[in-house]
Amino acid sequence: MSTLETRQLIIDVPGRSDGRALELHVEPGQVWGVLGPNGAGKTTLLHTLAGLRAPRAGEIRLDGRLLAAFKRRQVAQRLGLVFQERQDGFPATVLETALIGRHPYLSPWRMEGGEDLRLARAALERLDVAHLADRLVSTLSGGERQRVAIATALTQAPRLWLADEPTNHLDLHHQSAVMALLAEQARAGRAVLMCLHDLNLAARWCDHLLLLYPNGEACWGPAARMLVTPALERLYGQRLATAEVDGAPVFVPVR
Amino acid sequence: MPGRRSLLPPLAVLALLGLAALLFSVTLGSASLMPGDVWAVIRGEGSPLARTLILELRIPRALAAFATGGLLAVAGALMQVLLRNPLADPYVLGLSGGASVGALAAMLAGLGGVVITGSAFAGAFASTLLVFGLAHGTGSWTPARLLLTGVVVAAGWGAVITLMLAISPAERLPGMLYWLMGDLSYARTPWAALGLLGVVCLALLPLGRSLNVLARGPLQAAALGVNARPLEWTIYLAASGLTAMAVTTAGSIGFVGLVVPHMLRLVLGNDQRLILPACALAGGTLLVLADTLARTMIAPEQLPVGVITALLGVPTFLFLLYRSR
Repeated sequence: MSTLETRQLIIDVPGRSDGRALELHVEPGQVWGVLGPNGAGKTTLLHTLAGLRAPRAGEIRLDGRLLAAFKRRQVAQRLGLVFQERQDGFPATVLETALIGRHPYLSPWRMEGGEDLRLARAALERLDVAHLADRLVSTLSGGERQRVAIATALTQAPRLWLADEPTNHLDLHHQSAVMALLAEQARAGRAVLMCLHDLNLAARWCDHLLLLYPNGEACWGPAARMLVTPALERLYGQRLATAEVDGAPVFVPVR
Repeated sequence: MPGRRSLLPPLAVLALLGLAALLFSVTLGSASLMPGDVWAVIRGEGSPLARTLILELRIPRALAAFATGGLLAVAGALMQVLLRNPLADPYVLGLSGGASVGALAAMLAGLGGVVITGSAFAGAFASTLLVFGLAHGTGSWTPARLLLTGVVVAAGWGAVITLMLAISPAERLPGMLYWLMGDLSYARTPWAALGLLGVVCLALLPLGRSLNVLARGPLQAAALGVNARPLEWTIYLAASGLTAMAVTTAGSIGFVGLVVPHMLRLVLGNDQRLILPACALAGGTLLVLADTLARTMIAPEQLPVGVITALLGVPTFLFLLYRSR
């Protein structure tokens, strides 16, 4: 049984024809990368898979059950979403922000307890932002905020991670650290599906890829079969040079 | 984020401050009394004059001030969560304007009492529907859009109020003007307002953590298991009800809903489970003190309390804003 399964799914990108219906099977232990140019519908796909947006057609199953049949709270106990855009305008500290990841597990009357606090602190530690625990999120840099958002999802401890460009704003070291964290989550039996802009991160860390074309066309499968230079060139409308470095293909745009 | 135990001390301190302010307000006035006199009256003793003064004038007025301040502060705190903007407030969003138009229309028609209250509620809810309806009519619903819609609707209500004043008979004008500036001298029965404040605070307690999550944005909240849209409507309706009750009790009093939550957040942090009850207590305390000032500063004349809150609120708020950069 797949963690996440789509049947004849067509995401609703306004003003676009249906394109190819998605038949995805995301299994525990897999790391999926979603690649595509700006406006191809990567974020829309992620929000649709999380149940935050209705699809145009088709259905989504989470642990074998229709996503729409779950309560929001039950979905949040299984599926975590790292957003690309966040609203950090309202004051909250880093620790408070990480702690909201425990929200789906607590009844309305329960206050966060020692165990919740421990999980949140461990997540902040893991993302290298524990020293910022008492700072207001609004005072952090973009990369620090990104890591706090991932720490919130880590506190939520979902079995399925949906991450919208999780390496956004991150420096090289933290990009690698975050990808390693997601790979580690997959090895622990969780599933990861993330949108990425960086082909090379995708080539290095993802075992499955979904290529979304701006016209709604799509193809998906094991990463080795998807990382074909002509297909990627067509995807981005950009000529690419290829090399192999450290055991993984590297793609560089050609001028 | 605090555990349940750490919620109580700050609330206890605020409750004590509130009681002290109430006592201070009851003893102070054209005939100053000692706290001992007040205690005597509460025990059922004391002179008939002191009894009338305390039981029929000062205590109801002080309690009405407390309730109004609490209502406004909680309404402000709710709107700020809803818009994820610490500068939001029922006045900015046109709720108070709607309530004022409703109440003034009833006054102009020569109606009184319950009709004014009902009419103000109708005005506030109409404002709510108008602002919320227009702001997410096309599907995209952003705080900036909501805030702008609110500001424009508030400006519209302002024009309607001016129009109503312009066509009002001259002898009604002073009363209406005083009421528009916020005035507690006609507040006689604080019980409805106090009751609503208590009920809403209790009802919000189990929603506190959801509100904390909602403050991170409706999508993030939904991803964490909150049914964001119904919760947003609940907040807006609660804030409308609170505002309408405050406006019918004491006219339109500004800045309490803006300044009190903001100051409390600087001291107590951002947990709505603490901030909302703290707003009820601190907002009440502030307005009791402001009203005491309003009726003693140039005694025997009385100032509208809205003037005092504005004079206190504007500089405080500008200072907070400046310091927060």
